[in-house]
Amino acid sequence: MLEIKDLHVSYGGIQALRGVSLNVPDDKIVTLIGANGAGKSTLMRTISGLVKAQSGSILWNGQELLGKPIDQIVASGIAMSPEGRRVFADLTVVENLKIGAYLRKDKAETEKDLEWVYSLFPRLKERSWQSAGTLSGGEQQMLAVGRALMSKPKLLMLDEPSLGLAPIVVREIFDIIRTVNQQGITVLLNEQNANMALKVADYAYVLETGTLTLSGTGAELLADENVKAAYLGKKRADRA
Amino acid sequence: MAAKFLPYLLAGISVGGQYALIAIGYTMVYGILRLINFAHGDIFTVAGFLMVYATASLPLTVSIPLVIAATVLLGIAVEKVAYKPLRTAPRMSVMISAIGMSYLLQNLMWYVTGGLAKQYPALPWISDTVTVLGCQTKRVTVITPFLVIVLVAALVTLIQKTKIGMAMRAASRDFETAQLMGIKINNVISFTFAVGSFLAAIGSMMYFSNYTAVTPTVGAMPGLKAFVAAVFGGIGSIPGAVIGGFLIGICESLIKGAGATTFSDAFTFALLIVVLAVKPTGLFSENLTEKV
Repeated sequence: MLEIKDLHVSYGGIQALRGVSLNVPDDKIVTLIGANGAGKSTLMRTISGLVKAQSGSILWNGQELLGKPIDQIVASGIAMSPEGRRVFADLTVVENLKIGAYLRKDKAETEKDLEWVYSLFPRLKERSWQSAGTLSGGEQQMLAVGRALMSKPKLLMLDEPSLGLAPIVVREIFDIIRTVNQQGITVLLNEQNANMALKVADYAYVLETGTLTLSGTGAELLADENVKAAYLGKKRADRA
Repeated sequence: MAAKFLPYLLAGISVGGQYALIAIGYTMVYGILRLINFAHGDIFTVAGFLMVYATASLPLTVSIPLVIAATVLLGIAVEKVAYKPLRTAPRMSVMISAIGMSYLLQNLMWYVTGGLAKQYPALPWISDTVTVLGCQTKRVTVITPFLVIVLVAALVTLIQKTKIGMAMRAASRDFETAQLMGIKINNVISFTFAVGSFLAAIGSMMYFSNYTAVTPTVGAMPGLKAFVAAVFGGIGSIPGAVIGGFLIGICESLIKGAGATTFSDAFTFALLIVVLAVKPTGLFSENLTEKV
């Protein structure tokens, strides 16, 4: 269980988060939707330790994460697939996956997880000896997700996994998100593709200029008039 | 004709190998920090002085490993003091810090040595004279290229096959994502400086076995030439640095053999200008994707 309380973060001279409080319960898919620059990425980057918070608290199974070094946060079971995929282009696919397990010492288990990731993304297995830079955008996104899974996380954070991908690939990625979640991995998802994200989400939050403005189950937000107007590209009923 | 140039060719291969060992240090640090570590040539010189002082009171079997270890620690310390605090600073600031570090080391050496040239100890066996194809030379001349090849092969294996090598390759392209994998970036950087300084220490032992006077500024010239070698080979590329080192060493030496000693240094720097003008990315340009 991840509990964020009154989180304030200033990033690049901007007050990116102003008192955000939210919970990510175990075994659920929680999604954050919001426009570009609303603070979604900053929130994830603060959880993973890349960005320092000004105040507030992030409790992970009761432990304070703020102030911890990144590698300890990863070791505690939180993995992130960053926005823009950021695969290591010069490394091969299999090396990218192995580097995801960088902190793990259990070799036999790591090998098993490699096979598990390959079973989720058979295309990565076919291309395991290719350098990651030669993969298509969709394959790179699969690799970025697979790489994050290789650390054997309890919480998987995905920052804009559908960005710039063809709809069919987006659907594939979302299928995988559901699959890994059913296998007991909690998922925190940042998405601009609100429609897809809300359909898979157990719970969802709307972030606007650094504050949470709305929350509810995925289905509730899908039905919400304001969300429809702002994020789902549908006109408000009263104006239609 | 061939007999006349053979000694120069041998000397060139040897000094080229020494440049190569120093050049690897430049290129590896550049690969990971995008920084020209101007203090690297001075670390090479410090290693020379350390050897002079160590052998004054210790046997070689102790002083050689001791000097290597101390040089490695110096390289790591330079990074921690001069570059680590500037991790998020603009590149220009780090470069100025590197130049400052270079002068600091040079002046410390003046202070400690009093500016007098010190005689580098003769290392048994490798300083012995041998005859190769009819020309007399020190054994170090013959050994250097082989030693360089062995060290480079070991280094390439380290980078391609080991976990820390994989971390170095990842970090050299994307610090942030490497950190998200749990890689401790500062450890990887320290390790890179350690490897570079280790090779500089070995290079210094080879170099000063040939040119036996150690002064505080004696490392500046081989340091600069190794830097040119790294740029020529394509900075960031290890094979490039090695080939650049050998090529510059051999050309320089042959120019001396042709009787134009005065121009041998000029050649190296003219080469730098030509490379920067014609192909600034060098022979083996890595596809430089700018770091975000």
